[in-house]
Amino acid sequence: MSDYLVLTGILVVVVGFALRMNPLLVVTASAITTGVLGGLDFVEVISAFGRAFNENRYISVVWIVLPVIGLLERYGLQQRARLVIEDLKGATMGKLLLLYLIFRQVTAALGLTSVAGPAQTVRPLVAPMAEAAAEKTHGELSEDERERVLGMSAATDNVGLFFGEDIFVAIASILLIQGIFATYGYELTPLQLSVWAIPTAICAFFIHGSRLLLFDRSLRKTPAPKAEGEQ
Amino acid sequence: MITLYWLYALAGITFTLFALFSAFDRTNGKRFGNAAFWGLLAVSFFFGDMLGDLGNGILVLLLVGLAGFGLLGRGEPPTTSLETRFNLSAELGNRLFLPALIIPVTAFAGTILYNYTPFGNSGLFEERWVTLILLGTGVLIALCVCMAWLKPPLVAPVNEGRRLMDSIGWASVLPQMLAALGAVFAMAGVGDVIGDIARGILPEGNIFLAVLIYALGMALFTMVMGNAFAAFPVMAAAIGIPFLVEDFGGNAPVIGAIGMLAGFCGTLMTPMAANFNVVPAALLEMKSQYGVIRMQIGTAIPLLACNILLIYFLAF
Repeated sequence: MSDYLVLTGILVVVVGFALRMNPLLVVTASAITTGVLGGLDFVEVISAFGRAFNENRYISVVWIVLPVIGLLERYGLQQRARLVIEDLKGATMGKLLLLYLIFRQVTAALGLTSVAGPAQTVRPLVAPMAEAAAEKTHGELSEDERERVLGMSAATDNVGLFFGEDIFVAIASILLIQGIFATYGYELTPLQLSVWAIPTAICAFFIHGSRLLLFDRSLRKTPAPKAEGEQ
Repeated sequence: MITLYWLYALAGITFTLFALFSAFDRTNGKRFGNAAFWGLLAVSFFFGDMLGDLGNGILVLLLVGLAGFGLLGRGEPPTTSLETRFNLSAELGNRLFLPALIIPVTAFAGTILYNYTPFGNSGLFEERWVTLILLGTGVLIALCVCMAWLKPPLVAPVNEGRRLMDSIGWASVLPQMLAALGAVFAMAGVGDVIGDIARGILPEGNIFLAVLIYALGMALFTMVMGNAFAAFPVMAAAIGIPFLVEDFGGNAPVIGAIGMLAGFCGTLMTPMAANFNVVPAALLEMKSQYGVIRMQIGTAIPLLACNILLIYFLAF
């Protein structure tokens, strides 16, 4: 029974998130609770937490792109992205995001997971383009609709990444699967594993792709007429 | 050889500048909180390997303290007005996209060149981090191009970067913190306990139910941990290998590969996967930090069902 005590840390996370407390506080409280109930003393927990934080610095290194993106925004990058879409005939938000989904899945399948991402592509290009395309077919977006368009832009980036990357043989998750099976005496090659990522990648493309096209339609249902004299 | 550390130094310089400019930004009532937060990150990037485990732990506690007690504000560095931006974008035209594309193209073309031409034998880059290092290279090239072409004030890259950084705020380190939490969970044996529970509810002799518990377990445990990598060793050891592969004779590569992807469906539905779900919401300045997850559930649930069926039909 005492084993189950270490699960208290999970409870801390769930309750903390539900109460909308600051996630950094929640995570730290969970780490300390889990470590101490798992038999470590306070200093050991803080040390383990610090070591793992240091080893994972590469996760936060992507923020170095912000000065470039910010600089381009200063000169109208987001506005330009919108203009391009407004000039394109037949570019709906759904079709645009569908194209991005293909791009993201294919590049991820080639192992190029960090060429795109929320900071690299979604904020400067994909989200403003999607928003402009939605406004083009639908007129002015309500705040709630705008929120859904932005959310869908980021969601498409994630779906493309997750269900493309495992087709690449040398990605961390494939190597992890290989490693785990090897410890139990199953020698699998990365290629054997990565081909079985293809059926799910296809399902992901059809499921998310049709949601994108349906999203177009759900927006079109409630067209807000453009105000007179508006460009 | 150019290693990951060079990239850390670049990040260190960036955060040092964010910290210094924040400290002097009188538009931000909490400017010293921001300066301390970005400054601590700069210290982490430059000197993390010299601080020792406890030193890093204390650094983390300081970051958490600053964020948790609301000491971070938002600076409003000087930038262009919306109207100016419209005019500039008309004037500069589609060439504006070029610097933005330099970053992904450098990473993309560079990685391909490095992996498939003799250039790769030069040993110029640390093998494991080629794409990330090239991404950093792309950032520097793009920055030089922008400075030469647009001739902004010299401090503009720092101020514009800081404008975006402040809008993300503490969420910028949440992914790294969650990865650290995963390490503590592993040390305390959380995975073993979850595995015991999953085994406990497994009915005997029913392949479909075993597949169901394996895939749902992957998704649920991934939602708790925010990372399918933490869930996979547990579920593979508890159910995937002993029951699905050994008892029922399922195809091991299918069970491994699609099991992991069932976990990825969980990643789409949890705020614990902060870098994918919470950070983009902050970056896009959305009203709700759960706005991205809300749009992903509709894909994640049917896809999880597909994965369950795929394992059942392809592995057996």
